[in-house]
Amino acid sequence: METPTKLPPSSPSSPTTGFSVPSAEKVDGFPRRSMRRARQRRSHSSSQFRYQSSQVELTPLPLLKDAPVAELHDLFCKKLQQCCVLFDFLDCVADLKGKEIKRAALNELVESVATSRGVLIEPLYPEAIKMISVNIFRTLPPSENPDFDPEEDEPTLEASWPHLQLVYEFFLRFLESPDFQPSMAKRYVDQKFVLQLLELFDSEDPREREYLKTILHRVYGKLLGLRAYIRKQINNIFLRFIYETEHFNGVAELLEILGSIINGFALPLKSEHKQFLVRVLIPLHTAKSLSIFHAQLAYCVVQFMEKDATVTEYIIRGLLKYWPKTCTQKEVMFLGEIEEILDVIEPSQFIRVQEPLFKQIAACISSPHFQVAERALYFWNNEYILSLIEENCQVILPLVFGTLYRVSKEHWNQTIVSLIYNVLKTFMEMNSKLFDDLTASYKVEKQKELKRERERAELWRSLEEQQERRLQSLGEASRNQKNLQEREKNSKNEPENSAANAT
Amino acid sequence: ARLRAEVLNCPSMAGADGDDSLYPIAVLIDELRNEDVQLRLNSIKKLSTIALALGVERTRTELLPFLTDTIYDEDEVLLALAEQLGNFTMLVGGPEYVHCLLPPLESLATVEETVVRDKAVESLRKISHEHSPVDLEVHFEPLVKRLASGDWFTSRTSACGLFSVCYPRVSSTVKAEIRQHFRNLCSDDTPMVRRAAASKLGEFAKVLELEYVKSDIISLFTALASDEQDSVRLLAVEACVSIATLLPQEDLETLVMPTLRQAAEDKSWRVRYMVADKFSELQKAVGPEITKNDLVPAFQNLLKDCEAEVRAAAANKVKEFCENLPEDSRETIIMTHILPCVKELVSDTNQHVKSALASVIMGLSTILGKDNTIEHLLPLFLAQLKDECPEVRLNIISNLDCVNEVIGIRQLSQSLLPAIVELAEDAKWRVRLAIIEYMPLLAGQLGVEFFDEKLNSLCMAWLVDHVYAIREAATCNLTKLVEKFGAEWAQNTIVPKVLGMANDPNYLHRMTTLFCINALSEACGQEITTKHMLPVVLKMSNDQVANVRFNVAKSLQKIGPVLDSNCLQTEVKPVLEKLAADQDIDVKYFAQEAISVLALA
Repeated sequence: METPTKLPPSSPSSPTTGFSVPSAEKVDGFPRRSMRRARQRRSHSSSQFRYQSSQVELTPLPLLKDAPVAELHDLFCKKLQQCCVLFDFLDCVADLKGKEIKRAALNELVESVATSRGVLIEPLYPEAIKMISVNIFRTLPPSENPDFDPEEDEPTLEASWPHLQLVYEFFLRFLESPDFQPSMAKRYVDQKFVLQLLELFDSEDPREREYLKTILHRVYGKLLGLRAYIRKQINNIFLRFIYETEHFNGVAELLEILGSIINGFALPLKSEHKQFLVRVLIPLHTAKSLSIFHAQLAYCVVQFMEKDATVTEYIIRGLLKYWPKTCTQKEVMFLGEIEEILDVIEPSQFIRVQEPLFKQIAACISSPHFQVAERALYFWNNEYILSLIEENCQVILPLVFGTLYRVSKEHWNQTIVSLIYNVLKTFMEMNSKLFDDLTASYKVEKQKELKRERERAELWRSLEEQQERRLQSLGEASRNQKNLQEREKNSKNEPENSAANAT
Repeated sequence: ARLRAEVLNCPSMAGADGDDSLYPIAVLIDELRNEDVQLRLNSIKKLSTIALALGVERTRTELLPFLTDTIYDEDEVLLALAEQLGNFTMLVGGPEYVHCLLPPLESLATVEETVVRDKAVESLRKISHEHSPVDLEVHFEPLVKRLASGDWFTSRTSACGLFSVCYPRVSSTVKAEIRQHFRNLCSDDTPMVRRAAASKLGEFAKVLELEYVKSDIISLFTALASDEQDSVRLLAVEACVSIATLLPQEDLETLVMPTLRQAAEDKSWRVRYMVADKFSELQKAVGPEITKNDLVPAFQNLLKDCEAEVRAAAANKVKEFCENLPEDSRETIIMTHILPCVKELVSDTNQHVKSALASVIMGLSTILGKDNTIEHLLPLFLAQLKDECPEVRLNIISNLDCVNEVIGIRQLSQSLLPAIVELAEDAKWRVRLAIIEYMPLLAGQLGVEFFDEKLNSLCMAWLVDHVYAIREAATCNLTKLVEKFGAEWAQNTIVPKVLGMANDPNYLHRMTTLFCINALSEACGQEITTKHMLPVVLKMSNDQVANVRFNVAKSLQKIGPVLDSNCLQTEVKPVLEKLAADQDIDVKYFAQEAISVLALA
């Protein structure tokens, strides 16, 4: 009964006069993203400042490039210590002088470590790592937007980025310096350090995650003793993401690192690595936010297959297990990944998975969502896949024929119907005898299916009847038992009440 | 004698009687194995039917082994299975055989998917109570141990939830083993397991003997509370409540407080948030002395925390915290320590903090009494009533009744009115809706004169709001007002205005007249309905919009019971008959329905 008729604006008693309703809200009153975002909000956030003890006044030190060689290391060290002072960036006018001094010092440190040789001597390692730790390690602030959607919303940027970026830059140059000595660094870049580094990947600020990605990659490459630990902690982060929080901003970045790590795995694959594939990478496909890191994830999966073809079956069966039930967008992603996999699959492996796989593909073809059906039907445009299908036509055609036949007559979308005709034509050309047989037996098969359906219904009906009878007889039995007890009791006490109890 | 014979026959009927050969297990298992997940799921959901058909013995020897062996399925099927097995005790032959259910549930407790595992643990906890103490030691406890030393983290997390159900009912040697296993899991390598252990720490502490609480639990608690991961540390805060409740007062200071102090100052805002969120429970658990010395300063810090999330959580607890302060020093503590922080929160930069405060601040007036309320709280209420964020104002208005009891609402009315007027015209219809819902309350507290003077026009204006939900709520609001102020008031103030809308050029407004009449007729009574409302309704039967006409029919059906029979026959019936012959199909339908309901045919 509610119609979109507008009220006459002249209506004198209308409370709507005198103020204008934002047009977005005239449609309906539900809060929507755009409205929420319009709410006043900071775009910057930082948890860093709280732990600063009494503010120290910074005084500019002499420039590194002017320092005599004998004092260079001492000055470098002093600059590192100076850079341990933290500033409040949420208050953008606070202590501008100090901020500028620190920024200049950081710039100098970056420059010096990147260009001059012989700066990085052993006593500087603990000071450098301390400066890095003090600046980057912090509890990330709560998200401004509790249901932050990385695809839709603007990320909250780190307020102290002007300094933080230089610290990250320094760290990166430090790791990449030809003078860098892993044997010295490993005393300071230890497990605890790496754990904190990994937690920072949850940062909402993409610039920070980008730095972290490169840095972790370098650490993984240079500090061999930490490799197993890093992999284990990434595992833990992913498992927490999959099974506990469903929230972690740095999944894509971590997967990107893993993509290159997998490349370097030795053969035969260790069981640790296989376990990682089966129990972590495959379940990652269940995440709600799959679209954000699917490209990187699919890359990792394909890397595994190229490394060792025997994992193919685990992968395909795993994907089939987690196949999206309701989210068509994810279904299209899964189909994309399957195609990437089929592109590099070994024919012997294909035979092992073709049956469950093509049952799923048939199900996708009959999806009422045309993008899903279309994506599945595109497999027949892939020459390698087509050759695999042709070799195994005897198995595959019977699996998909019924669906193709039915959907060709039923689908609402003309593109799908014509794609299916093409596929049917291809099959006809591949094996016309089998095709004709299947066409002939289609109706009979349908009848058989219906019959099985009826039999099943009948089975359950009689099972339920039987249950009913049993429950009844059990009920009767307990009633009888009660009556009997009542009767015995009543016969001793008040016999005239027995009728009332016998209900 | 006949009865007795029937009773004696019963057990055989419940057990394996003749007709189970009708259903060879193969057929049923085929159903459980069906290719179609949906059909498998349906079969699993009717597992009890299958078990009943098989009888207890074959359920034990054939069905359960099959289920145990084939646990590799869709998580949805597994979830249904885990749930079913929790209610299976009678179907396997009662408590004596309940341990047969352990193998499949053990496998389910190790799967990856959290919901399945949790359900399996829930079912295991349920059936643990049906085990005899002997069976518990022979069958159940070994299962817990196997899970606790499983390879993959899933089985170890599941084990965490099972210690507390078996501990109280086993021998002291087994108890010692269980404690050892729990200790191991608290220092497990994977944070997932430590989180699971930390979340069960409080529950486990409750079933332990006091000496072990002091020796074992405290050290585990201290360790978990300083874990390297904040997600573990924050769970220790929850356990702190249970542990503090268990310990005698004199031990709290040395055993619990150092850890709690540290948590309140944790570098991670999540941990501090948890402390704020659990503050009332913590306060009750540690008692008045520690509250005075430790929790008051801690609470002040939380109210001033640098993260808005923490401040909001603490602000939410202000009233409860103050209420639970020891009576002898309550007022002093509030006035000197809490109120200054509260004053700052009133002008916080974050709207969630202000809104959390606004939802509880009015409750302070009952605690502080009339004079303090007028002197100290009233300015805060007034400030919040003028807040830029509608949610804050609404929260104040929705709690007006607390203040009313102490100082009366009139103290506020000068500021209240602009606030209400502004909310009444807020751009968000949900805000308007919320304020409408408080109108009857406000009307009752402010009295009829104030209402007529200031608020009546608002209530009438809502009737022509452009959002249907608001018009509907406004209609309902009128009914409540009439119930409060009486029929005479209605006749003088609102009925004329409502009836005036019947001539509005907008058909939606004309329909609103009808909706109001539907709602008001009963509260206004027969006289007003017959004299004033009915003529308008009848006249509207000639409306050119069909929607109005069929609503006339519906209105007549609705107000019919209020009218006398003479009037029904002479006035209502002819109009309904005319409408029943309308050219619009809906008008016809509703007219005929009204005729039959009012028995005018």
